[in-house]
Amino acid sequence: MLIKTVIRHGEYYDSVKLMIATKELSEFEGIKEAAILMGSDLNKEVLKRTGLLTPESEAAVPEDLIIAISSESQDAIDKALDAVDGLLNKHGGGDDENEYRPKSFDSAMKTMPGLNFCIISVPGKYAKREAMKALKNDMHVLLFSDNVTKEEELELKTYARDNGLLLMGPDCGTAMINNVPLGFANKIRKGNIGLVGAAGTGMQEVMVLVHKLGGGISQAIGTGGRDLSVEIGGITMLQGIEALNEDPDTKVIVVISKPPAEEISDKMLSYIKENVKKPVVINFIGGDKKKVEAIGKIGATTLEEAAVEAVKIAEAGLSSGFKIETDEELKAIAEREAKLIKPGQKYLRGLYSGGTLCYESMLVLRDYIGDVYSNTPLNKTMKLEDATNTTGNCCIDYGDDQFTVGRAHPMIDTTLREEEFMKEIQKDDVAVIILDVVIGYGTHSDPAGVFAKRIKQAKDIFAQNGRHVPIICYICGTDEDPQNWAMQKSKLEEAGAIIVNTNAKASKLAGMIINEL
Amino acid sequence: MKKVNDIFGKELKVLNIGLEQFYEDLKSQDIKAIQMDWRPPAGGDSEAADLLAALLG
Repeated sequence: MLIKTVIRHGEYYDSVKLMIATKELSEFEGIKEAAILMGSDLNKEVLKRTGLLTPESEAAVPEDLIIAISSESQDAIDKALDAVDGLLNKHGGGDDENEYRPKSFDSAMKTMPGLNFCIISVPGKYAKREAMKALKNDMHVLLFSDNVTKEEELELKTYARDNGLLLMGPDCGTAMINNVPLGFANKIRKGNIGLVGAAGTGMQEVMVLVHKLGGGISQAIGTGGRDLSVEIGGITMLQGIEALNEDPDTKVIVVISKPPAEEISDKMLSYIKENVKKPVVINFIGGDKKKVEAIGKIGATTLEEAAVEAVKIAEAGLSSGFKIETDEELKAIAEREAKLIKPGQKYLRGLYSGGTLCYESMLVLRDYIGDVYSNTPLNKTMKLEDATNTTGNCCIDYGDDQFTVGRAHPMIDTTLREEEFMKEIQKDDVAVIILDVVIGYGTHSDPAGVFAKRIKQAKDIFAQNGRHVPIICYICGTDEDPQNWAMQKSKLEEAGAIIVNTNAKASKLAGMIINEL
Repeated sequence: MKKVNDIFGKELKVLNIGLEQFYEDLKSQDIKAIQMDWRPPAGGDSEAADLLAALLG
C-alpha cells in the first residue's frame, strides 16, 4: 500500500469544504483512503485511525493543510492529487462562480452598502479580530466560532453594548432576526413569541415546537453559552430581553439557558421583575422554577414545556394536528420494547449532536436512572475522560469543543457519530440508543438518510446475533426546512427507528425502557 | 443613541466570514448576502498577524 502525504503550510479552507473535498476524493478510482484536513491533533487521530498517518503528517501544525491518500497504485494517487485543487476551489451549489468575494471589510462595504449583519465562523483564534472589525463597521454579529477566550468575549460584548449592537456568541449556533434563520436554524413561522437563549439547540427545540404547535417567532437572539457566567454578567441576555420588551411585535418572551451562576440568575430575575411587564417564560434548564414563579413569571422545566406555555400565552396557536406523546403512550412503548431485550443488555447510550439536547436529556434521565456518564456531565464525578470509550449509561455531546477543533460540527459532518453508533450497537451490554437528528439551515442535507442506512446495518447485525436494541430518534426540525421533517421521519421509521416528538420525551422513553429491564 | 431594536423590521444585509454553507443558505432564501474571501492572516501565524494588524493600524 502506498501512502502519499502533501503538506501545504498556511493554506486554509473551512472544515465543511474540506469534508466535502475529502468525500469526493475518497471516491476516485483506485483510492483506498483519502483525507484533506488541517493539521490539528484531533485530525491527526483521524489519520491514524484510517491508516494515513505518516511522519510528515505527524509533524504538521494546525496551520498546515494536509492531503493524505492511500492506494495500491501510484497512478491513482497522481490522478487524485491533480484533482485536489479543483475540488477545494469548487464553489457550492447554485453559486455564481464569477461572483465577487471581497477580501476586506472596506471592499465588502463598497460591494454591498448598508451591510448590517455579520456571521463569523473562522477558527477561534482569529475570530475576535474579525468580530471587532464587524462591530466597528456597525454590524450586529453572530459569532459562531468557539475557542474564543472569555477576555475577548467581554471586550467584544462591552463594545457591542455601548454601541447598540448585538454580539451573539461566541459559540452561538442559532439566531433568527426578522424571520431570517441564521446559523443552524429552522424555517419557522413569523409570530409574537420572542426568544433569548444561551443554548443553541435549546432555542431550535423551542422554536420548532412553537411552530409545530401553531405559534410563531418574532425574534430569536442567541447569546453564546458563556454569557451568563459571572465574568460576562449576561450582557447579551440583558440586551436581548430589553430589546424584546420594547418590540411591539413580541407579546411573550422566552428565556432559555443552562442554570446560570446564582448571582447572575438573581440579576436576570430582578431585571425582569423591575422592567418587564410582558409575560416571560423562563427555562433555566434544570434550575429552580420557584425563583421564577416568585417574580410572577412562568417557570418551565423542559424545552417542550417552555414552548407549550409560550404558545398558550401568545394565543396565536393555529390548530396544527401536532401531538406530543403522553406518558401513558411512552410507557406502553417501553413495555413492548423491554420484552424484546435480552438479559445482559443493560445500558443506554445517547449519541447527541445538539449540546442542549444532550444536557436536557441527562436531566430528564436523572429522574429515571440517575446521573449518567458524559463528556459534559451534570455531575462532575460522571465525567468520561475519553468520550469515545463509553461505559454504563452515557450521553455524549459530539458537538462539544473537544470534537470540533479543525473539523466540522456533527450536525454537518456525521462521520464521527456514525462511527461511534456502529461501535455502540455491537456492544453486548447496550440496551437502548438515542440519536438526535437536527435539521434546518446550516446542517447536513440528509442526516436521516445517513442514519437510516446505519440503522439498517445495525438491524442486520441484530438479526445475526439475536439481539434487539431499540433506537430512539428525535428529529428537531419543521416541514418547511430544506430537508423536510416528514420526509426525514419516514426514512428513519422505515429503517426501524422509534420516532418521538420532543427531545424530552425521547429521553423519557429511553429511561422508561431501562427501568423496565 | 443607537438601539438593538433598530435592526428589527429592517432588511438584513449579511456579510458571511467562514463556513460558506451559511452564505449559501441565505442566498437560497433570497436574503442579501456576500461571502468574504477569508484566509488566516499572514498565512496562519497569529502572532505575525497581530504584528501586521498593529503596523497597519
